[in-house]
Amino acid sequence: MELKMSDLRTELKQSIIEQLNLEELSIEDIDNNDSLFGDGLGLDSIDALELIVLLEKDYGIKLTDPNQGKEIFISINKMAEYIESHRTK
Amino acid sequence: MDKARNLFITNSIRIKNEKISLKKETILSFDKEVGFSQFSKDAYKILELKYPKYHKMDSLCKLGILSSHILLLNQEIDADTALVFSNSSSSHDIDLKHKQSMENIVSPAVFVYTLPNIVLGEISIKHKLQSENVFFVEDKFNAELLLDYSETLLNSGKASNVVCGWLELKNDQYDVFLCLVSKNGEIPFTKENLEELYGIENE
Repeated sequence: MELKMSDLRTELKQSIIEQLNLEELSIEDIDNNDSLFGDGLGLDSIDALELIVLLEKDYGIKLTDPNQGKEIFISINKMAEYIESHRTK
Repeated sequence: MDKARNLFITNSIRIKNEKISLKKETILSFDKEVGFSQFSKDAYKILELKYPKYHKMDSLCKLGILSSHILLLNQEIDADTALVFSNSSSSHDIDLKHKQSMENIVSPAVFVYTLPNIVLGEISIKHKLQSENVFFVEDKFNAELLLDYSETLLNSGKASNVVCGWLELKNDQYDVFLCLVSKNGEIPFTKENLEELYGIENE
């Protein structure tokens, strides 16, 4: 189970780098507890929308309330936990 | 009309055919086989842009950021430097990408670039400009239009400098000519000089 979560985190990092065109970052540069917005990765509001699309496309999770994003897109760890318990694919 | 004689093309850039020229001098050129995607990445690295947001932009914005960065390097410009741009394909490539994405889940990051004047905003953010800007969509390079509009902005005091020109991108083919117009320089800001500088890579 631990290994599975670890794989999911690595997969998430790779997807975020690709989907958000963070070309100057590699998987190793992102810590599981880094803030995705603000002083961490410095993502912006359009990136937040892209993350919502990513959840739906890759894991079949539809966020109906945009405010949910604030609680999910805190860090890679938080995203992975949410995906693991809500994924439909 | 007399006032126009005091305006000069202070600097100019041409990007076409895998080649970047500043004031008619080639500063960077690539193999013929390099497409825009690779060209824009390589130019970013070689010219040390150091602007991570660049990678998130659509191709037209990348072209605008790249060309304005080189054009304005070591130039003293004020926040009221106006932008007068033009092309013939508007935001064609990203519009097409957006249309294709509608078959699945639409990408917000693609949608935000589906207007040609977004590039003017991106350039303004990077160079901290708070100025007049306009993006004309014309059949072909129209030196008279660029001259008239820029002269009006400069002579009315609405801008202290103008960056004007042509920023065209269609099917990954790019054609750029931008010039910085100010009261300093040796090349008079005239229709003939604009056409001559634009025409260099077209021969």
